Amino acid sequence: MNADVSRFVARDMAPARSPPVAAAGLWRWLRHNLFQNAASTFLTLTGLGFIALLAPPLWRFLVSDAVWHGGPSACVAASGACWTFIAQKLPFLTYGSYPEAQRWRVDVVVLAGFALIVWLLSPRLAHRNLAAGLFFVAFPVAALVLLHGAPALGLATIDTSLWGGIFVTLLLGLSGIVFSLPLGTALALARRSKLPLIRFAAALFIETVRGVPFITVLFLANFMLPLFVPVTWEPDRLLRPMIGTALFGAAYMAEVVRGGLQALPRGQTEAARALGLSPWASLRRVVLPQALTIVIPGIVNSFIGLFKDTTLVSIVGIFDFLGAAEAARADPKWQGPSIATTGYIFAALFYFCCCYAMSRWSQGLERRLRHGPET
Amino acid sequence: MAMIIEMAAVNKWYQSFHVLRDISLEVAQGERIVICGPSGSGKSTLIRCLNRLEEHQSGRIVVDGVELTGDVKKTAAVRREVGMVFQQFNLFPHLTILENCTLAPMQVKHMPQREAAALAMTFLERVRIPEQAQKYPAQLSGGQQQRVAIARALCMKPKIMLFDEPTSALDPEMVNEVLDTMVSLAQDGMTMLVVTHEMGFAREVATRVVFMDSGQIIEIQAPEPFFAAPQHERTKAFLGQLLR
Repeated sequence: MNADVSRFVARDMAPARSPPVAAAGLWRWLRHNLFQNAASTFLTLTGLGFIALLAPPLWRFLVSDAVWHGGPSACVAASGACWTFIAQKLPFLTYGSYPEAQRWRVDVVVLAGFALIVWLLSPRLAHRNLAAGLFFVAFPVAALVLLHGAPALGLATIDTSLWGGIFVTLLLGLSGIVFSLPLGTALALARRSKLPLIRFAAALFIETVRGVPFITVLFLANFMLPLFVPVTWEPDRLLRPMIGTALFGAAYMAEVVRGGLQALPRGQTEAARALGLSPWASLRRVVLPQALTIVIPGIVNSFIGLFKDTTLVSIVGIFDFLGAAEAARADPKWQGPSIATTGYIFAALFYFCCCYAMSRWSQGLERRLRHGPET
Repeated sequence: MAMIIEMAAVNKWYQSFHVLRDISLEVAQGERIVICGPSGSGKSTLIRCLNRLEEHQSGRIVVDGVELTGDVKKTAAVRREVGMVFQQFNLFPHLTILENCTLAPMQVKHMPQREAAALAMTFLERVRIPEQAQKYPAQLSGGQQQRVAIARALCMKPKIMLFDEPTSALDPEMVNEVLDTMVSLAQDGMTMLVVTHEMGFAREVATRVVFMDSGQIIEIQAPEPFFAAPQHERTKAFLGQLLR
């Protein structure tokens, strides 16, 4: 039994050495990432084939054959995209039929909103509580006064039937996002309440709204909502789909947030209670910060879905960005084979940029909120 | 001596399972009670009833003169006086070590942030990890996390500390740093109820040892006679298993 094991045990303290340097070089990278085995080689070649097939016609349509300058006549026989159409229609696509002389009001609201969002979402900037107060309380009121007008302040009233374009899409998307998260969180908490009646009411709302298509909710909001309130209180025709969007988004958000609440270990609330924190303080300082962080991907998923769903409001006669693009391409002055395609490509680019920005921002947020080493 | 904890004929059920059976226990100020017994015997449930993380269904529990009845204000009053340390530490992972310690004083006692931070630092120094104050819990070892959990509870200046198997989730080499902290707390006169399997700690620190089995208190003794001459067969069997 006295076998010699001395060759297995360390005799001296081994100094820490640096890890082996992976053989570098382009060839190595290609081998590793693109041509590791038969399957990956096949996928790489197929992918390259697709790119080779699609890139040249896309380039021709979007750039080399595209019309960049001139009026409607320039596009009549164009085989490429008619960018001049977008350039000339841009004011209409942005503001709808909002009177030209008053469009500065939209600009002010959009810029102020954008600045506030950046302030609110940048971790490095100071006084973010102030930003939140401005954004959630002062901004909506000021925006409403400025956009809709206040004769007392010398601002002409501009009926919402004239509002349209990108600015209405942003308005709908933003209000839906801003209201659906707190509403959804409240619903999620209600669904986990100890009181059966509250639990039942929340479940009923969530399941009903999730059980019907968004169009149904929009129709309900548009035609039924006015029936429930006195005539003098009748909600504005733009406000109705805004309410519908927020309620619809809230039902989905509730289930996302509930997932986060369930993922939280019981010990967290127990520790908060044992320390004497009130239920409200424990919710605000311990439960929600963690539960919401867990479900950021799901929340942003809902935001993106909601933002794109707002295009459906054209069904109840709201003139959003897609509606404006439709109207623009139907203009008899602009006739050309590529007008419609150009309009749709521009719309697709707009929606893609908005959604991609949200997605990237959420990934950054997740990285920032992930504390300490990976668990 | 004034009794800081009084339990009289306390019973508790989980559905039909009878977890606590006619528990009566009185603890004087400054006592260190170690509660031991086989797993599932109701030790944790007992101490969790003392700050009403669990509700008892019959009997009386009076902590520092306040009877726990389910009245929210009374529960809040008791929780302000009773600190608790958990097996799994239960630090708040989204807050720094310092924020973990200042949260309750600021939220419950409305202490200004500067004052709460100063208080937290004195207790973090006491558990010998002031240099970790700006880190997050996941960056600390298990032993360090448990010491932070102790400091966090102490920041509320409790009269009583409850420990629910504080060393059971720790790697063996980290057990002692936590036990040392608890010993020094005991030396300062803190009233402590400790559920643990660390019999060395019981021998060294406890004023009395409580042995539980099947939801009942089987034996209460000072540590010397408890280990030297246990009265009950089940105690003997348990200690035989543990000290083998």
